[in-house]
Amino acid sequence: MKYSNIDLSVGAFVLLGIAAIVWFAIRAGAGVLMGGSTYEVNARFTNITGLKAGSQVFIAGVPVGSVDKIDLDSHYAAVVRLHVKQEVHLPSDTIASIKTSGLIGDKFIALAPGADSQNLPPGGTITDTESAMDLESIISRFAFGNVSSSSSPAPQPSAPK
Amino acid sequence: MMLLLQAVGQNTLATIAGLGDFATFATRAIAATPATRQLGRRWIRAVHEQGVRCVPVVTIVGLFTGLVLGLQGYYVLTRFGSAGALGTFVSLTLTRELAPVLGALMIIGQAGSAIAAEIGIHRNSEQIDALTTMGIDPLGYLVTPRLLASLIVFPVLTVAFTLVGLAGGYLSGSALLGLDAGVYWSAVHSAVQYTDVRECLLKALIFGAIAIVICCHSGFTTHRRIGVSGSRAVSVSTTRGVVLASIATLAADYLITSFLV
Amino acid sequence: MTVAPLPPILKVTSLRKHFGEHVVLASVSLTLPRGSIISVLGRSGTGKSVFLKCLAGLLKPDAGEVRYEMGLLEGFGQRCSYLFQGNALFDSLTALENVALPLEQTTRLRPRDIAQAAGDALKSLGLDEFKDYFPAQLSGGMQKRLALARALVTRPELVLFDEPTAGLDPPARNTVFEMIVRYRQKFDFTALVVTHDISEALAASDRVALLEEGRIYFEGTPAEFAASDDCIVRSFNDNIVTLPTGLDK
Repeated sequence: MKYSNIDLSVGAFVLLGIAAIVWFAIRAGAGVLMGGSTYEVNARFTNITGLKAGSQVFIAGVPVGSVDKIDLDSHYAAVVRLHVKQEVHLPSDTIASIKTSGLIGDKFIALAPGADSQNLPPGGTITDTESAMDLESIISRFAFGNVSSSSSPAPQPSAPK
Repeated sequence: MMLLLQAVGQNTLATIAGLGDFATFATRAIAATPATRQLGRRWIRAVHEQGVRCVPVVTIVGLFTGLVLGLQGYYVLTRFGSAGALGTFVSLTLTRELAPVLGALMIIGQAGSAIAAEIGIHRNSEQIDALTTMGIDPLGYLVTPRLLASLIVFPVLTVAFTLVGLAGGYLSGSALLGLDAGVYWSAVHSAVQYTDVRECLLKALIFGAIAIVICCHSGFTTHRRIGVSGSRAVSVSTTRGVVLASIATLAADYLITSFLV
Repeated sequence: MTVAPLPPILKVTSLRKHFGEHVVLASVSLTLPRGSIISVLGRSGTGKSVFLKCLAGLLKPDAGEVRYEMGLLEGFGQRCSYLFQGNALFDSLTALENVALPLEQTTRLRPRDIAQAAGDALKSLGLDEFKDYFPAQLSGGMQKRLALARALVTRPELVLFDEPTAGLDPPARNTVFEMIVRYRQKFDFTALVVTHDISEALAASDRVALLEEGRIYFEGTPAEFAASDDCIVRSFNDNIVTLPTGLDK
């Protein structure tokens, strides 16, 4: 059997092409977590407006995982399942907050590790959370002049670096 | 008034007849798959014609699309202080819309026109009749391999378009305008979900099948062009194939998007 | 010359075909005895090619029946061949690939046997040096021979020739008819030749038929044709004699 240049180029095209498709699909499916194995952590929020599956999880601006799934529990709280990199250990008093990159950018979860000596086990739940802050409520607070009485922290103004 | 009604009626009937004819054509091309001999060799030719030869145009257009998306996106997003969302913007626009649509339009322009013209000339010089008299199904010989090739070529080139476009967005957004590369790529990674990739590939598959069959059909029916014959008929067929395939791609894009999203 | 006892390979009954208002074939009936060479003569535009295309199934007749010995039209390609007026060679395939294509696509022969058979067919028509040429690189006569090789490579029982001499110079026309006769002897097929080359047709055919005004106006042996005193047949016979001399002056 003789192979021509056409056969060769078509072979390369098909193999490289399928490799690219598979790589692209896996990469997208697994998000940032292709680099290693992960474990699950849950976090309960009263409001997660704008967060979605695939949103990223940061500690000190470093991506450490992503949102896997969002559910509503029996108390009408949002339960967010996170995939966190295996090598990142979270103390059990870690605080999870929902933030926005920029004014209208993507929502993401910022984790602030606490000081507890005990770590969260895989599948454990973060209970200390700060929910999403929507733009309208901030503006209305400015408008009605009760900024100082706000108990919630303002959203982080710029993108994580 | 009667004339108007008649004209509308005639055009409607002609359109329906045309669609029916096209549907029959496509069905016969698919049905001819098992009976076609040496499908593999013809398929390789077709992949070469549609795929390999379109790599340059698809990558160039993909790169420039990404570059422009990066520039425009950066300027718009910085107004809202959200330049960090550039990766999201570029990657989702490319994956869900621009790569399947622009990729398909490029392939139609390069390969679809060539297919329509080639089959048109086959028709003109009685090569299609010759196949028929030899007992060879012209659809199986001319259309089926191309249709099967489109099912691999369009997804592959669409993904290539996306990847090159993402690189283009990086070049203009990060390398040129100074957005942090990590911010760009992490936004890309977190934005593109499995469902987006699925939508992208589904669109590519459907566009490919529709566009290539339309171009084949247009060339195949060159002898039915009204008022022209010979090389003019081939040129009309080629134009018609490219225009119809492009319109069908955009219409299908709208339908798929509205059903999926 | 006579082939009476064998059953006809093809029987056409009251074939009718019209395009819009224009009736091309009013009612054509013709019987082809197996193993014969029949020429259908007629002036240009009398529907000779339309007739042939109806026989091959390329056009759908409006009425009438085309019955092959082996049944109706299905399987035309396996048992019959069609030589197009414009040759209809596959212009992007080489001469060898052109001849090999019908075998590749319709038989289950091994590639080596196909190459062998195609090579033999080219050789028998004197084209083996040109097997890697594309049709456009060949002269008109060679293209015709290539088309003939492609038509004969499947060993058909019936070959339909549509104006096999069109566009060829007189010696080449003779050669075409010579080839038809020679290959008929070698491969034993039945030939239906549509032509307006009357002298060659009369010399080569077993029977001739004259198509005029959508009907078979005359059918008989070449001798009968030449001897006929019917005025339309005469006008044909006279034409072949007078036209070349008229041009000489």
